[in-house]
Amino acid sequence: MISIRHLTKNYGSNCALDDVSFEIQSGETVGFLGPNGAGKSTTMNILTGYLSADAGLVSVSGIDIVSDPLGAKKLIGYLPEQPPLYLDMTVNEYLKFTYELKGCTLPRGPHLDEICEVTKINDVRKRLIKNLSKGYRQRVGIAQALIGNPEVIIFDEPTVGLDPKQIIEIRNLIRTLGKNHTVILSTHILQEVQAVCDRILIINKGKIVADEKTENITRVVENNRRFNAKICGPQKETLATLKTLPGVVYAEALAEKDGDAYTYMIESEFGVDIRKKLFHTLAERGWALIGLEALGLSLEDIFITVVEKTENTVQRHTRQTGKKSRLRTKTTLESELADTLVSDAEKKKEDEAPLEEND
Amino acid sequence: MLAIYKKEMLSYFTNPIGYVFSGIFLLICALVCSFTTILSQSYDTSLYFTVMIFALAILIPILTMRLFAEERKLRTEQLLLTAPISLTGMVFGKFLAALTLFVGNILLSCVNFIPLYVIANKERAGNSYASTNIGPVTSELLGCLIGIILIGAAFIAIGTFISSLTENQLAASVITIGVILAFVCIGFLSNLIGAQWIRMILDFFSVLSRFDNFSAGIFDFAALFYYLSVCFVFLFLTVRVYEKRRWG
Repeated sequence: MISIRHLTKNYGSNCALDDVSFEIQSGETVGFLGPNGAGKSTTMNILTGYLSADAGLVSVSGIDIVSDPLGAKKLIGYLPEQPPLYLDMTVNEYLKFTYELKGCTLPRGPHLDEICEVTKINDVRKRLIKNLSKGYRQRVGIAQALIGNPEVIIFDEPTVGLDPKQIIEIRNLIRTLGKNHTVILSTHILQEVQAVCDRILIINKGKIVADEKTENITRVVENNRRFNAKICGPQKETLATLKTLPGVVYAEALAEKDGDAYTYMIESEFGVDIRKKLFHTLAERGWALIGLEALGLSLEDIFITVVEKTENTVQRHTRQTGKKSRLRTKTTLESELADTLVSDAEKKKEDEAPLEEND
Repeated sequence: MLAIYKKEMLSYFTNPIGYVFSGIFLLICALVCSFTTILSQSYDTSLYFTVMIFALAILIPILTMRLFAEERKLRTEQLLLTAPISLTGMVFGKFLAALTLFVGNILLSCVNFIPLYVIANKERAGNSYASTNIGPVTSELLGCLIGIILIGAAFIAIGTFISSLTENQLAASVITIGVILAFVCIGFLSNLIGAQWIRMILDFFSVLSRFDNFSAGIFDFAALFYYLSVCFVFLFLTVRVYEKRRWG
């Protein structure tokens, strides 16, 4: 459906996108993740024909955005980071304007009614946009993107600045849209892509650093390896004991204290369940385990790991070759995480390990 | 293009800006007309039109300053630029909307000439041996109207272009006033310069010198092409500004 090949964009000497390539199939819901300034919005803007790339090809359903911009733009509905709303129009006027602007041929009344129904803005249709709350404005922006029933819908950070309830509603809406459309969702919130998308693309400093199915990432996330344990017993000895437990790679006493109980953070080796062993060992010593809380690996951890990992390898690579790096780390996320999410000592060791694939 | 045109027309009248423009425009027209004709006991409207051309320097920026500057500031241009419409269509839609409002007001301001005809009629009726030439010359009036509409169109194109360069409406309006005044005053400059070839060049660009034929009731095709060229050059430049920004 969407094909992006070797996309490069520079703003002056600042390289926003560096040889970005990916494909999106029809019907997919793809999350486009990256820290601020990574090149997300630039990619979206090029994809929608708002900006032009310095090099590379973008085609939507086989139509090149540069040679036939009008044809390609017809297939795309776009909600930019800041919804493009005319504040002095009413919602109805605005939707009618976008309807005409897009040269939509669907019957106007029913089509707009349907869109307002889907985005739940029926009760504000006669109000001026400037009097609407942020959540409603965002929905009007989404409604605008839906006009003409485009095959591809692109959302650039659609939930920024909304309250939690609105965020959930917008996410549900996007999920619903994902059933009949190809959706690209750009965000820096990881739960959002996890909740909504089939596939995750991670971009950092203008490069794609990971391209994975969401379930692969979720599987890694749900593999609990870290716990907070609340144990009644002398702090020093308990900590020493925890460190000697087989399978534990890291243990630390936290500042929390509850009566005579102290809290410890324990991290185990990948794939080892230390909970039973922990219980028995503590029971032998006569220390009571009064709380055990699994610390799920947050998507933030994954994100930071992947991003930092690329930065490290790129830096090392640059040092070694002394020229601009073309390195791409497309190892599977799982194995990557397995070697990188480890204690400091191991991280150090891993730093000295040879580089992986480069091209 | 039609969608943009309709949207701009709508926004002139959902914003105070359309009313402000019409109000000030008609007020200035009425004042200038009464001072230059009735109060100075003259049927000659050429002075009225010359003063109005100067007034356009201040009036036109009211119409044009927001055309692109506002879209850019509110980021609504992203909607227009990602919609399946051409840049040329977008620029022309906006230009035509401003032009429509301007021409509409010019036509409205024609009521100012009614008293002149009424007075002339009375004078002819009361004075049987007065010549039938008394009163405003309709052909001259029409010529002046066509001339001022063409000049207005050229100024609107200039304002449109300047509006596309900045996201600050105030800057756009001030610069537009400056540029339009420069176009108007260039003719006076040529009177002060001795060198013949410089005068020819300055006269070529002068807006006022080309207006003379219109005010004499002559339809001047050279002037028509001049004003239309100014329009097209500046609208073309506006399109280029957007092309350039896409690639920049």
